[in-house]
Amino acid sequence: MTAPLLHIEQVGKRFGGFVALDGINLEVAPGERLGLIGPNGSGKSTLVNCICGTLHNETGSVTFDGRKMDGLPAHQRTVLGVARSFQLPRPFGSLSVAENLRVPLLYAVKARSGSHLSATELDERCVEYLRLVALDHKATRRPRDLTQVEMRKLELARALAAEPKLLIADESMAGLSHSEIEDILKLLLELNARGITIILIEHIMSAVMSFSQRLVVLVSGRKIADGNPAEVMRNPEVEKAYLG
Amino acid sequence: MQARTFILITLVVAAAGFAATQIVSNDYVFFAGYTVLQFVVLATAWNILGGYCGYVNFGSAAFFALGAYSTVFFHKAFQMPIPLLIVVGGVVSGIIGLGMGYLTLRLRGSFFAIATLALAVVLQTLIVNWDYVGGSRGAYIIRPSALNVAGREIPYIEYLFLLMLLLAVLAIIAARTIERSRLGFGFATIRDDELAAEASGVPTLRLKLIATTISGALMGMAGAPFPYYIGYLQPQSAFALDYAVNSIAMPMIGGTASWIGPLIGAILLGTIQQVATVTISSAVNVLIVGVLLVLFVIIAPNGLVGMVQDLLRRRRA
Repeated sequence: MTAPLLHIEQVGKRFGGFVALDGINLEVAPGERLGLIGPNGSGKSTLVNCICGTLHNETGSVTFDGRKMDGLPAHQRTVLGVARSFQLPRPFGSLSVAENLRVPLLYAVKARSGSHLSATELDERCVEYLRLVALDHKATRRPRDLTQVEMRKLELARALAAEPKLLIADESMAGLSHSEIEDILKLLLELNARGITIILIEHIMSAVMSFSQRLVVLVSGRKIADGNPAEVMRNPEVEKAYLG
Repeated sequence: MQARTFILITLVVAAAGFAATQIVSNDYVFFAGYTVLQFVVLATAWNILGGYCGYVNFGSAAFFALGAYSTVFFHKAFQMPIPLLIVVGGVVSGIIGLGMGYLTLRLRGSFFAIATLALAVVLQTLIVNWDYVGGSRGAYIIRPSALNVAGREIPYIEYLFLLMLLLAVLAIIAARTIERSRLGFGFATIRDDELAAEASGVPTLRLKLIATTISGALMGMAGAPFPYYIGYLQPQSAFALDYAVNSIAMPMIGGTASWIGPLIGAILLGTIQQVATVTISSAVNVLIVGVLLVLFVIIAPNGLVGMVQDLLRRRRA
């Protein structure tokens, strides 16, 4: 069996008296498409933040690609190969769309490879990623000129420009129309086909079901189900959590 | 524009400016020009942290005063020449900037601004109680009336003006180089969204420490020749409110997103203040800055540069 790309062991996080994560165990294999679902406040975003280093887990450990990441700041985890998109797009407003992609190339990719990318190489890679998300025609525009779906695509493209092994897409489809959701799904599948492991956090069940090879359900900071998406959805505990 | 071309143009403009002062046979031009240039350096230095990174520093006067008092200390202890004192002032203020950054940069927004203000109060208290540099009674630095350069007598104020002109050139070149570098990109991401910057691999804390160090060092360098300029240095003049207010107001009025904003703001506001000092009173200077700052915050929140850019964008659209 191949070693897991991401290994989460007994991860716990509290906010004062509130237990946000309660001893979460999770393994993600290289190249896997994992769906992470749960009602609001179930701890999905806290778990993502603990993986990405925005928050630090108080108990347990997070191992990525064989390396323990506990205590590492967020930027070092990005350098190791963990990238994320945010629930609400957080573009760099003063930079153009292409420049937004230059940032991870200038920092994460350079720190990983140790070599300096020339201006031409930088431009080429930016264009490549923008083309992938069909934003190449808006390379010189500011993020404020983009539509909601374009903003989500920019968010994914920027995460992608960090050239990650693991991409965590946090509610990348929230607020989008059916055709726009299809667009994002197609893009995520294409990225996965390129070898990127993806964790998709989403409330839109049709999207999660069609995307995920495996489904994990969190409720009140605990993992209550983990397995084949169809089987997980038939799990009485999951039904109870969603339908009451 | 290539960096080399920019440096060349800046040096040519500075040389032309200096040549223009030779036409006027009045020392006041050098006194007034020195003050304006000093604000160019201060405003540019403030903008590296405040404008590029979005961290508002209310403690500019403390860094300026550190430069001035390091001159008093090293002048008294070792009788060093001014160019060396400027370097020492920059090093001292840079180190304090780094230390301040390390202690305060986990704070954000108004909390960071208050912490920098507290630093100014703490440093002023230390200086007031440090006898070696004059304490509360102040310190005299007797400057020679002239400097002999290759057989030619140059009035000392002209020499100080020339040094400040070179410092302004250095500050502008440093700011522009940073703005267009990888570091500048990193600074912009910190200003826009620190969380997203970290997620993109930007080591935000390290970059902010670099910004506080460079900004502090330049402010210290601006303050280092000040004892020679003023002749008698006391804590109230070195830690004056004018420095803190002007170094914030000038970039805000000129525009904080680019190196040229603080330059325009400093020349504009500095000149108005010099004219007001001669025609009305120096007491109205802070009032002028206050009124202009309020007006610009309302009319042109992105400063003059931002206003012009918006107008051009609208015209193109």
